[in-house]
Amino acid sequence: MTSPASSPDAALTARGLARRHRRRGRDVLQDATFELPAGVICALVGPNGSGKSTLLDLAAGVQRPTAGAVEVFGQPARTAHPRVAYLAQERPLFRGFTVAETLRFAARANPGNWDADMAERVADASRFDHGERIRDLSGGQRTRVALAVALGKRADLLLLDEPMADLDVLARQELMGLLLAHVAETGTTVVMSSHIISELADACDHLLVLHEGRVRLCGGIEELTDAHAVVTLPGGADQLAGHVVVESRAAGRGTTALIRPTGVLPATWQVQQPSLEELVHAHLGPTTAPALTHLAANRPQDTAA
Amino acid sequence: MDGAAVFAFRIDRRSGVASYLQIVQQVQQALRLGLLEPGDRLPTAREVVEATALNPNTVLKAYRELESQGLVETRRRHGTFVVGTLGAAPADSPWHAELADVAGRARAAGLEREDLAALFGSVLDGLYPRIPPNTPEGSR
Repeated sequence: MTSPASSPDAALTARGLARRHRRRGRDVLQDATFELPAGVICALVGPNGSGKSTLLDLAAGVQRPTAGAVEVFGQPARTAHPRVAYLAQERPLFRGFTVAETLRFAARANPGNWDADMAERVADASRFDHGERIRDLSGGQRTRVALAVALGKRADLLLLDEPMADLDVLARQELMGLLLAHVAETGTTVVMSSHIISELADACDHLLVLHEGRVRLCGGIEELTDAHAVVTLPGGADQLAGHVVVESRAAGRGTTALIRPTGVLPATWQVQQPSLEELVHAHLGPTTAPALTHLAANRPQDTAA
Repeated sequence: MDGAAVFAFRIDRRSGVASYLQIVQQVQQALRLGLLEPGDRLPTAREVVEATALNPNTVLKAYRELESQGLVETRRRHGTFVVGTLGAAPADSPWHAELADVAGRARAAGLEREDLAALFGSVLDGLYPRIPPNTPEGSR
């Protein structure tokens, strides 16, 4: 049953989602509410320990929520969802299998739903002997095989936890290119995490920022940067009253701040659009600005080919 | 996918110029230099995405921009082709001779290469409006 709150074209929806590992522990993820429209390529960013892997685990059905709900295409998240592929951080593969056996096993686990061509291209036989066992592979090679298993499955939602970690620069560019070209053809929704925003800035059109288990920002990258401004003004921060101040600091005799303008800005202020890095970093600091998780213009209008 | 793509884009992520604009500028530059001519095929958006690892929307935005400038045309299932030309000033044009004359006199008057380049830049800025690199065009 689709609950009334989730819109029909949402790929991933969370409402009040929380997860606590130990009974008296703190919430690793708390009160997460957001919605990702189908077809977006979303960067999931935040510092180490901000809850990224937990969120992906919950979306993949590997962990269960302590509170709230997470839905995939309008249905509660569950493991082995035919429309979801998950690359977990620990790259779970059978260590005794060879590369070839791993791919064959994955093909058999996804009958009628397996893109052998894609899997082969990602695993790239020329790079290492497919007779080698998973346990003998380097971290980067293991990531390559795990990514091949994830991309081989014809999924509508790809959940990728640090997909490019332990890959060298060339492999990153190559695999990210393959992934994005695949997505351009299929319209697959992607959520990929990294603690380095610059790594994902060019690949993604959507952003989900986590900080200490809380969602700080969620939306289209263009809409989010449009909704913020970096302003430099003569005088103190008191002049910013009325706008939502995400971060402000003294700049000589004046003030520099990253704000969400709520009206026309004075002509004497110098106004710039923030870069994605500035936007993310400002939201990871000790800010009193409320989270921004839904914008008035909420649909990515750019997906038509 | 028939025939190899004849044009490879290079994206410099540290240039501060928006990626879509880099694609646009590289096509414009190639047209000016005669490296691309009407009838030439550009790589498909998918091929550019794979080669550059850019978000597909970024590439589509660049191609749309080139289309709106009348430089390329996308024909369904055949690909994107160059239809326009740029630059009415090949090296043997009379403008080249006039500029060379001005530059020669400036050097004789003691101007350094950088002085002249800066002067020429400011003259251009005065005559032609510049597209600020980091401003997304108002598509809202």
